[in-house]
Amino acid sequence: MNAAQKQPTELIRIEQLNKQYKMGGEIVHALSDISLTINHGDLLAIIGPSGSGKSTLMNVIGCLDGPTTGSYWLDGEEVSRLRESRLAEIRNRKIGFIFQNFNLLNKLTALENVELPLIYRGVPAKQRKEDALAALAKVGLDSRSGHRPNELSGGQQQRVAIARALAGNPPILLADEPTGALDTKTGVEVMRLIKELNAQGHTIILITHDLSIAEQAGRVVRIQDGRISEEGGGRREHRASV
Amino acid sequence: MNIGQAFRMAVKSILGNKMRALLTMLGIIIGVTAVIALVSIGQGATKSVTDSVASLGTNSLTVNINGRGSTTTIDYKEAAEFSELEGVEVSAPANRQNATVKFKTTSASVSVVGVTPDYTTAQDYEVSSGRFISQIDLDFLQRIAVIGSGTAEDLFGTDSPIGQRLLINGIGYKIVGVLASKGSSLSGSNDDIVMIPVTNSERLFKSKGVSTVYIKVEDGADMDAVTTELENALYKKFRANEDAYSVFNQADVLETFSSISDTLSIALGGIAGISLLVGGIGIMNIMLVSVTERTREIGIRKAIGAKKKDIMIQFLIESIALSGLGGLLGVGFGVGIALLVSKTTSLGVELSYPIMGLAFGFSVFIGIVFGMFPANKASNLKPIDALRFE
Repeated sequence: MNAAQKQPTELIRIEQLNKQYKMGGEIVHALSDISLTINHGDLLAIIGPSGSGKSTLMNVIGCLDGPTTGSYWLDGEEVSRLRESRLAEIRNRKIGFIFQNFNLLNKLTALENVELPLIYRGVPAKQRKEDALAALAKVGLDSRSGHRPNELSGGQQQRVAIARALAGNPPILLADEPTGALDTKTGVEVMRLIKELNAQGHTIILITHDLSIAEQAGRVVRIQDGRISEEGGGRREHRASV
Repeated sequence: MNIGQAFRMAVKSILGNKMRALLTMLGIIIGVTAVIALVSIGQGATKSVTDSVASLGTNSLTVNINGRGSTTTIDYKEAAEFSELEGVEVSAPANRQNATVKFKTTSASVSVVGVTPDYTTAQDYEVSSGRFISQIDLDFLQRIAVIGSGTAEDLFGTDSPIGQRLLINGIGYKIVGVLASKGSSLSGSNDDIVMIPVTNSERLFKSKGVSTVYIKVEDGADMDAVTTELENALYKKFRANEDAYSVFNQADVLETFSSISDTLSIALGGIAGISLLVGGIGIMNIMLVSVTERTREIGIRKAIGAKKKDIMIQFLIESIALSGLGGLLGVGFGVGIALLVSKTTSLGVELSYPIMGLAFGFSVFIGIVFGMFPANKASNLKPIDALRFE
């Protein structure tokens, strides 16, 4: 299934979004007037130097933090004013997180880590195990399901984290510097996996400060001082022809 | 997330850090162990005391006569008439004095009791050899004696004392019988004793009247009625001088003991409560450390969809599992110590299942109470702050 062959449908719409917070008695405008639309099947990179507000944007997109003003539609639902427990549910169903430092739980095996989002969704044990194994198979680690994260290499750990993000089959994968803690070679492998997943139809948002990573994305959004500007739109046609 | 899943997670987390878990549980373990061991031993002791009181017969009454002189005492004949009261099986007046008894060159200090033939029935004595004192001995003021097994052993060793002459305060008495051993009771040994006809004892000790009347009631259920009856009779006999006599019944003694053991139980419960409280504070302390240590884990769990409630349940179950396991271990150790004590010493031990259940239940309760604060703290962490935590 190739999303580009279908009429692209809207997955995320952010309008006039502002985020301010107080830091040392001073109000910081972390995000100003952000408007952004992301469609099903997009591979979008958000780039910007540190302090540009990209982490804040990621937190807002990932429903970890709410905006001060503005609206955020996620999969047809306005989520900017929801209660915490409802946000947790949305994170669980709609978003798969991939972190820079993997953020796996070291006491649990790879399989148990991948099962976690399904546990919180209330999937029964048998189904959960099947889904988790399927997700591990997708990243080529089904043979390592019984290993703990500290018994795996960095690249393998990141693939387990990707499997965890995939396990609940969320519409969006949100990757925060997914290659940041990896060496160049494994970084390339992980990026290849991410692009494969995108080709399979997963919507992926990459947050990075690395231009070479951003170049591989279909859309690039640059963020600077809390404001965004889109560039690299030309690659969309390129991807459509793949 | 269901409770079973949370419980498995908690067990995994406890097993992941066995040493710390054990140290955390130590307070609860010691508290519960102490309660179970002390209560078992305490109840064992109480039981042995109440058993020995009960062995004296729960259907016996004791009348103590305090007064002396013709109007404030009764003689043995009057006392024996109490057996005619309804419900009374026997009435055995007795006159107990301490005296030195001597056989050849051996002497011993014993209780010399002036008795009537009914004494064996009223006090559950048995004659092991020879005969007991009979009515004719009383009537003719015979200088005969029946001695307890302890006295027999002290004075005669393994020889038969029957037919030997014994000096009580210098007066010779012929031994006609030996009593079977009865063991000790609250009033001292029942075997270091010499019994003589009550009429003789009045003369020997120059004291008129009886000091004690032992009454045996036919049916334990009539105890209260007989007590009242007896008090009325005594009231008349002593011309309303209530200070001259007092009536004891064994049930009262038992009641006194059970009230002592109840007080003891409350005191033990208090000590146990305090030590469990301290144990609970220990658990809270470690849980708070654990929450701080696992801030990042909490952040990850929240990011991938754990709700506030899920985190709360996870930490609460962890603290309940800790305290519950501690309670269980404590019950195990407590029972072990109690059994060890009963094996190695002469103390009786009484294991009480309700107390075990209570101690375990209380330790779980402590887990809930002291887990609440750390669990609440964990569940209130904001996912972005928790994820940023290093």
